[in-house]
Amino acid sequence: MNTSSVQLCLRGVTRVFPAVEQQKPLHALGPLDLDLRRGEFFSVVGPSGCGKSTLLDLVAGLARPTAGTITFEGRPVAGEVPDGIGVVFQEDASFPWLSVYDNAAFALRRAGMAEKDIRERVDPTLAAVGLQSFAGAYPAQLSGGMRQRLCIARTLVTRPRLLLLDEPFGALDQQTRLLMGDELLDLWRLTDATVFLITHSLDEAALLSDRIGVMSARPGVFIDLVDTAWPRERDSRIVSDPAFGRVTGRLWEMLRGQSLKALAGG
Amino acid sequence: MMTRPGKLRWALIIAALALLEGACRLGFVSRQTIIAPTAMAAGAWQALGSAEMRGHILITLASVAQSIGLAIVVGFAVGAALYRLPRLRRTLDPFLASYYAVPAFVFYPVFIVLFGLNRWPLVAIGFVFAVTAVIINTLDGLSRVPRGVRRTAAVMKLTPLQHIFFIMLPAAAPWLFTGAKFAVVYSFIGVIAGEFVLSGAGLGHAIAFAYNSFDNETMYGLMLLLFLIVGGINMQLWIWEQRLYARRGGY
Repeated sequence: MNTSSVQLCLRGVTRVFPAVEQQKPLHALGPLDLDLRRGEFFSVVGPSGCGKSTLLDLVAGLARPTAGTITFEGRPVAGEVPDGIGVVFQEDASFPWLSVYDNAAFALRRAGMAEKDIRERVDPTLAAVGLQSFAGAYPAQLSGGMRQRLCIARTLVTRPRLLLLDEPFGALDQQTRLLMGDELLDLWRLTDATVFLITHSLDEAALLSDRIGVMSARPGVFIDLVDTAWPRERDSRIVSDPAFGRVTGRLWEMLRGQSLKALAGG
Repeated sequence: MMTRPGKLRWALIIAALALLEGACRLGFVSRQTIIAPTAMAAGAWQALGSAEMRGHILITLASVAQSIGLAIVVGFAVGAALYRLPRLRRTLDPFLASYYAVPAFVFYPVFIVLFGLNRWPLVAIGFVFAVTAVIINTLDGLSRVPRGVRRTAAVMKLTPLQHIFFIMLPAAAPWLFTGAKFAVVYSFIGVIAGEFVLSGAGLGHAIAFAYNSFDNETMYGLMLLLFLIVGGINMQLWIWEQRLYARRGGY
């Protein structure tokens, strides 16, 4: 791989949670190696408890690896979210005390940006996620999917070069997830950001991704990297493509044994 | 525009007052026991016209305001500190849970020794009544800030002050508001009850003095005034709380 195209680089990344009271230390993750290409849509799938969200925390700089190194655009990531990285979590993280517009503008205001410049960023972003007509509404007045779109918009206005998504559609029904996936693909093409998606859903990973990292049961390591070979212009209609079935089939083939192992291990 | 439950509420109040008025006027209830609401209102009006009574009211309101202010400031600060120090919180939890089993009035002699024979022992009683409710609600509110909100704040790299003022306080606002509401109620209870038995001034003292002088009109008049003041403040707080909750969808 051309090193200039590598945006995020993980080498020997390991995470061991220290012993708490009488319990033994928990080896959650690694050692992991990964090169994330600039502009690609990369998803991570794996059995429950394999360390997917731990991996996202490490990449985001919200936690430190026990061993190994993570570099984002050549600079080490260590205990602080680097500039250029945006994160959307699985939980509803909209701020209920702020309107949709103020939610989206929050990070920019804290960064001291002028109101005029904020509006120039927030308005088109809300339009892109279909929330422009709800700018004055409060999160309590929105559906779960709309609130998650708001969280994505709030992250996108900061113009991240790497967007980390931790199962952002986990709480939504299947149809909404497919449509949200289409919206996410549109935003990905629009922003040219690299996307690193953590998901439980094999369909979601297969639909959205250029590459999919398949993780083993704990301690999570990559046991396969699947290239989907989808064109950049794609949407949820590819679920009817036979190649989609082949991708999900391959993912499940790799994951079934690991999921059984995770299930047996509690 | 008043809602149907609002109209029903007023109808109930008016009906109860009319019933009491009728029972008093027709002699079903002894005047030594209770007086008619119109007589109470006359007593309240008379009290408001008296410079001495206005002085009592102002003294009480000043003491209650000091008690509320102290309880809110100290309660928020202690609650926030305990939130940041979970081990200390676990240690103190049983004391906080059983706090209201302790009759705060037993501390009055201690407060007199500490603060002297003035209003501060009463302010202190109102404060010790109120502060724990503020601490408990602050702790509760900060603990309930959703993990996603806290993590999002971490991603935004806010300064510690921005984190407190732009994330934690607004996120915990409904619980902080409840704590403040309790501070108002408990401060009134503490100060008024203290004045009843331990003071030579204030609304509680004036009510007790009127009671001992068999001056029912003044006693009920002052009680009505107290009811209107406390009820009015609580109603206003309730309206603000409803607005806060409505906008946030119950959170």
